[in-house]
Amino acid sequence: MDIDLITNVLYAMVRTGTPLLIVALGELVCERSGVLNLGQEGMMLMGAVVGFIVTLTTGSLMLGFMLAIVAGMLMSMLFAAIALGLNANQVATGLALTIFGTGLSAFIGAAYVGTPIVGLEPIAIPYLSDIPLIGKMLFAQDLVVYLSFGLFGLVYWFFKSSRLGLTVKAVGENPHAANSLGLPVMRTRYLAVAFGGGMAGLAGGYLSLAYTPLWAENMTAGRGWIALALVVFATWRADRIIFGAYLFGLASILNLVVQGLGYPVSPNLLAMMPYAATVLVLVMISSNVMKSKMYTPMWLGKPFHPHS
Amino acid sequence: MFIKLEPRGEASRSMSYLSPLLAGLLTLVSGGIFFAFLGHDPIEALRIFLIAPVEDLYGFGELCVKAAPIMLCAIGLAVAFKAQVWNIGAEGQLLMGGLLASAVALQLMDVESFWALPLVLLSGMLGGGLWGLLAAWLRTRFNANEILTTIMFNYIALYLLLYFVHGSFKDPDGYGFPASAMFGDSSLLPILLEDTRMHIGILFALLAVVVIWVMLSRSFIGFQIKVLGLDSNAAKLAGFKHKRLVAVVMIISGALAGLAGAGEVAGPIGQLIPSISPGYGYAAIIVAFLGRLHPVGIFFASMLMALIYLGGELAQIELNLPLAVTSLFQGMLLFYLLACDVFINFKIKFNRPQISATLENS
Repeated sequence: MDIDLITNVLYAMVRTGTPLLIVALGELVCERSGVLNLGQEGMMLMGAVVGFIVTLTTGSLMLGFMLAIVAGMLMSMLFAAIALGLNANQVATGLALTIFGTGLSAFIGAAYVGTPIVGLEPIAIPYLSDIPLIGKMLFAQDLVVYLSFGLFGLVYWFFKSSRLGLTVKAVGENPHAANSLGLPVMRTRYLAVAFGGGMAGLAGGYLSLAYTPLWAENMTAGRGWIALALVVFATWRADRIIFGAYLFGLASILNLVVQGLGYPVSPNLLAMMPYAATVLVLVMISSNVMKSKMYTPMWLGKPFHPHS
Repeated sequence: MFIKLEPRGEASRSMSYLSPLLAGLLTLVSGGIFFAFLGHDPIEALRIFLIAPVEDLYGFGELCVKAAPIMLCAIGLAVAFKAQVWNIGAEGQLLMGGLLASAVALQLMDVESFWALPLVLLSGMLGGGLWGLLAAWLRTRFNANEILTTIMFNYIALYLLLYFVHGSFKDPDGYGFPASAMFGDSSLLPILLEDTRMHIGILFALLAVVVIWVMLSRSFIGFQIKVLGLDSNAAKLAGFKHKRLVAVVMIISGALAGLAGAGEVAGPIGQLIPSISPGYGYAAIIVAFLGRLHPVGIFFASMLMALIYLGGELAQIELNLPLAVTSLFQGMLLFYLLACDVFINFKIKFNRPQISATLENS
């Protein structure tokens, strides 16, 4: 292994881990408020297709990303209306969102499959990007990757030292107690879900506008689900999410590494790696029952109705 | 005046039966609006979607061809869901069933025995059952959330299937296409109705529905499953073996999905190809909910879901719409169902602002 290869692997690792990081941060906020939204995949796909179509027709990447975020938010509000507004089962509603989003995105994107666009280009920061090994990884990425660093910092700070972060945590741990303290339980949950939706939309937009600048049906390929596992893996902590996201990024580009080194391994077996790694990691984290119970937000997935 | 949700003292039985019908109706109306929005005559479009596919005997046969795997997966999922085991992995279990069934069928190419077909189907059940058992084991032994593991197993199963269909199962005389050789006649499911593709798979599905119905309503294991789902602490106190129950429901639900997969490769497809299921395993989740986890409900819901698949195919041809219209309708149906289900446990109250009312009275 020469130094160029390692530099490029590190670069690709961050790039591949970025959509996972963004979705997982959004889902983290959502889950800490006690809402389990399994619709990540559907929201991402809607973000991806809307962002792609907007950029293709207007030529503006900026507008594409903005509307990708809006699309993700709108999808999450559909979830919120049913799961929060009507107290429906969150697991089933999230699944419905994924199925619906997969269908809707494939439907509106059908005419655009295979159309190429000019995607978001990386911006190398002078001098810093020349640092050996990590320079390219940290300072020669595109704007969304830099933005994801900022979003990570924001979410980290949000839970560590902001008042609103504390409210979100209180609502997720025990909404009844939070309610009697006068905290706005439902409003907090709606906002947390909307944030999660916006992040999923952004991550989807990243896939179709930067990572592989094209639209393909189901192009998220389970990343929304991996992100859900990532939150469990990170025991609901932002600092571990960034670590996990890049770890999975690495697992996903393993095929490139192996091919780069010239080993003849089936691409189909290598494509399995991120999913297998997810299962492995889930098993490792969850097997300590006491610990995983301690970290899981107490009210996660349970509907809250002030009168019940 | 504003609307408020008020909990009912007791879940409404009639509402739990009405809700799927209401959801179906709402989907129909939304579908009509959706077609009109796209510039089609809504009535004509809905006729193409829901009636035209089953206007003749061939269409009815196709309906059964589609309904069989959906019903098998959904009735299995119902068992798991009843026990509050969230098996989202019917798709992967179906694929593993199809894969293992193909492995056996390819060994039996020239065997002309009555036993070839049962062997193929049983290995399908084995493949799906073991794939389900793996998730059960990870949950009971390592406490790993089965929603996430079964989803991951869906992807892993897909890539395993692709690995074999591009690799050792590929037909050497197939000009490099990723597909196995056509199975021998003795490994194929016989046709039930002449001039259609309807095969005996639908009979297996109906049999499974009846067997599961009897199991859930009449057997001790069915009772244990229901108690586990309603109150896991009560199940523990009663001394039911929790781990074994989770394993049993996952094996049942995986084996039935595996049978569905075997029925696809040994039925309408007749060989192993990269895509043996257009998401039957995911559609089955909707069917299980729509059918209220009840065998009779699941029978009707499977037929409806099969019709949506056929309608989507016909709409693609006649209305020039993308095939994704199928999953769009599926998602819509589940959304409406979940929304309507609210009225099982809650009633809507329209009340005038309370304060002003009290003030007026005093």
